[in-house]
Amino acid sequence: MKLPDAVEGFFLNLGRFFQLMGQIFAWTPRPPYDWSELLRQMVRVGFNSIPVVFLTTLFTGGVMALQTFTVLRRINAESFVGSGVALSMVRELAAVLSGLIVAGRAGSAMGAELGTMRVTEQIDALEVMATDPVHYLVVPRVWATTIMLPLLVVMGNGVGILGGYMVAVVIMDANPVSYVDKSFQFMDVNDLFSGLIKAAVFGFLLAAIGCQQGFYTSGGAEGVGRSTTSAVVVASIAILISDFFLTRLLF
Amino acid sequence: MSEPPNSGRSKIAIRDLHKSFGPKLVLDGVDLEVAPGESLVIIGGSGTGKSVLLKHVVGLLKPDTGTVEVDGMAVEKLGNREITEFRRKFGMAFQEGALFDSMTVWRNVAFPLQRLTRMSSQEIGDRVSECLGLVRLEAVEEKLPSQLSGGMRRRVGFARAIAHSPEILLFDEPTTGLDPVTTALIDEVIVDLNGRLKTTTLTITHDMESAFRIGDRIAMIHKGKIIASAPPAEFRRLEDPRVQQFIHGHAEGPLSEDDPQAQKKPSEQEAGPALEEMPWRKR
Repeated sequence: MKLPDAVEGFFLNLGRFFQLMGQIFAWTPRPPYDWSELLRQMVRVGFNSIPVVFLTTLFTGGVMALQTFTVLRRINAESFVGSGVALSMVRELAAVLSGLIVAGRAGSAMGAELGTMRVTEQIDALEVMATDPVHYLVVPRVWATTIMLPLLVVMGNGVGILGGYMVAVVIMDANPVSYVDKSFQFMDVNDLFSGLIKAAVFGFLLAAIGCQQGFYTSGGAEGVGRSTTSAVVVASIAILISDFFLTRLLF
Repeated sequence: MSEPPNSGRSKIAIRDLHKSFGPKLVLDGVDLEVAPGESLVIIGGSGTGKSVLLKHVVGLLKPDTGTVEVDGMAVEKLGNREITEFRRKFGMAFQEGALFDSMTVWRNVAFPLQRLTRMSSQEIGDRVSECLGLVRLEAVEEKLPSQLSGGMRRRVGFARAIAHSPEILLFDEPTTGLDPVTTALIDEVIVDLNGRLKTTTLTITHDMESAFRIGDRIAMIHKGKIIASAPPAEFRRLEDPRVQQFIHGHAEGPLSEDDPQAQKKPSEQEAGPALEEMPWRKR
């Protein structure tokens, strides 16, 4: 019996993903440690994503304030807007949105970069010079993203809450002191951690998927285009699906 | 360079090598031996599996059936640790250079020295200059590959391949697309390395003039099999019509009849199976 191509492709991708994950963990502890490459990737993935994560979370915080205000007013609970915005940002939105944005920015770049290296035989050249491409290319990218995404989310949490504050206080005339007070009244450390753990998982996933799509590129320039697209699409889906299970797990 | 331990035997021995990519049979039982210090040139039409053959020698591809032995070691059986030691023996120049485009020319050529040797940075610097000098490139050390012409990139790739003085050199069309003068220069460097350092050399080319200049022996591959193999003078006189058609570059003949691929322009089509259907090998 022959499986439909899409099903076969799905399992092929899944198998390759777990294979690559195994290789990443196997190579990570082995020297030489390329700290400068790790740092370079951290700057590329993390530092350079600050503006776009900033804008995304700022406006999302603002929208959350507008929306929760509209809804909570119907039940005369508009004083809880701050709690609503802060909790949804910290527990959920900052991590998911940053993950999706970084998948679009950095994950796609990884797919394109490794894909180009594959079709121009640079990956073969690495292997011939006794350099494992997973060790040399994938390991620093994956860990750089896993480290940087939670840091971006820490920033995103603050910026999102700030966005909500600005909308509530400036536009809707909320009391600034009670708004801030309400923002943190119901929040505990677990809310913060669950967001950060999610971010780390999303970072790992999006980088590993981006690298995997690039690594298995074939078919010249068109193939690189395909890899770049699927790096973003597959990573985004993976982020959203894993988000559900992580939320169940971490509640 | 010290004498290889098994100098009486072949340096590279390929036996009954088969390889398909999906439904496409690329290598159909290749048998080929290369003696230590020999310079073997492999010619053949496009899509006949020349690049694929070369990738088997260095272990980038694993055979479906058959064996590839280098210095008596079966390439496909090497473990992760042995493979590093194994790869030290090789220098390989790829079709389009395959330079790392995030690195300068200097870092590209220094890369194998940093990875494969214990040279000091002083020695590495000297060796990089020497190798770039060999291919007559000057004042390009700090340039990025994207700033070079195709021919220059190819020469940098060549310099990178020879940098760590490997025992075996593999050249995938080292002179395709180069002007005749540069081609002659590259050929000279190959002949010199082969003669002076006794480097075993395996070259793929379409350029018959180059083939006759650098080869101690020429082998022709067609439809995944070696169909002829002889020293240059003898090769020229072989009566096989396929060989004659290839040497003289006729459009009509036995090669064109049974393989539509052979009529396409070689420089564009060569990568065929290797790039289009690159199989993802497992470790």
